[in-house]
Amino acid sequence: MEFKTFVFYFISAVLVFASLRVVTLKNPVHAALHLILAFFSASGVWILLQAEFLAIALVLVYVGAVMVLFLFVVMLLDINVDRLREGFWKYLPLASIVSLLMVAEMALVLGGTYSGLLESDIPQQDSQYSNSKALGRLLFTEYVYPFELASVILLVGVVAAVALTLRGKTKSKSVSPSEQVFVKAKDRVRVLKIPAEARE
Amino acid sequence: MLTLSHFLVLGAILFSVGVVGIFLNRKNLIVLLMSIELMLLAVNMNFVAFSHYMQDLAGQLFVFFILTVAAAESAIGLAILVVLFRNLRTIHVDDLDSLKG
Repeated sequence: MEFKTFVFYFISAVLVFASLRVVTLKNPVHAALHLILAFFSASGVWILLQAEFLAIALVLVYVGAVMVLFLFVVMLLDINVDRLREGFWKYLPLASIVSLLMVAEMALVLGGTYSGLLESDIPQQDSQYSNSKALGRLLFTEYVYPFELASVILLVGVVAAVALTLRGKTKSKSVSPSEQVFVKAKDRVRVLKIPAEARE
Repeated sequence: MLTLSHFLVLGAILFSVGVVGIFLNRKNLIVLLMSIELMLLAVNMNFVAFSHYMQDLAGQLFVFFILTVAAAESAIGLAILVVLFRNLRTIHVDDLDSLKG
């Protein structure tokens, strides 16, 4: 077996194992850590495909940012794990049947001899070729508007996340009309009973 | 010899694991989000494999944009999760029935 093929099988075994652990583990923190392992292995597979820029971006963006966010949220929330596991074993047979069927169907289509994909050797670029350079050139010339749209999407994401979770004090002294309408008299007026006193 | 089929079948397995995750963890919003990330990863794997095999960089650019959108999506999803937990003190799917749907 060629060394590259061995590396591919090893990394994919780690990847499939890690992703299976993600969906079956009880503790969400452990699941998030296994998802990090899965992303690392996936970036290894992408390196095999000579997509270096995306492999590094996957590690930086996903492992560095998104998964840390996941871990933070999982640890911040006080989760009752046992209640969340309800129905886990009940759905296991159905889920495994559906997924095995899906894998078998897709493998028949994608790995079959009809489509001729089995004979397709992955072409190798020469050592002078730089994937990041080529991607960057394409990104800043032909795909510059989608690139800027992507930055707008990220900005919307930032604003939405902050706006959703912000819980600041209300600093303005304005009154809320709806609260004013619902005020009852007993909220504002206090009637005191003062007994009459005889004059000296 | 590594062929395109190897990578495509790996993507298919990953996608199915993501589907299993959605089946098994229907009550757990956090693991549901993680399963969605796994399925997106499988799709990205297919894009990169096809892009390399066809010697066309457009597929890799598409993966770049998918990564951007997925990052924004998970950030907003987690923010919604935090707000949900703050208001209801739970993230159990069965408790989220205020819309009476």
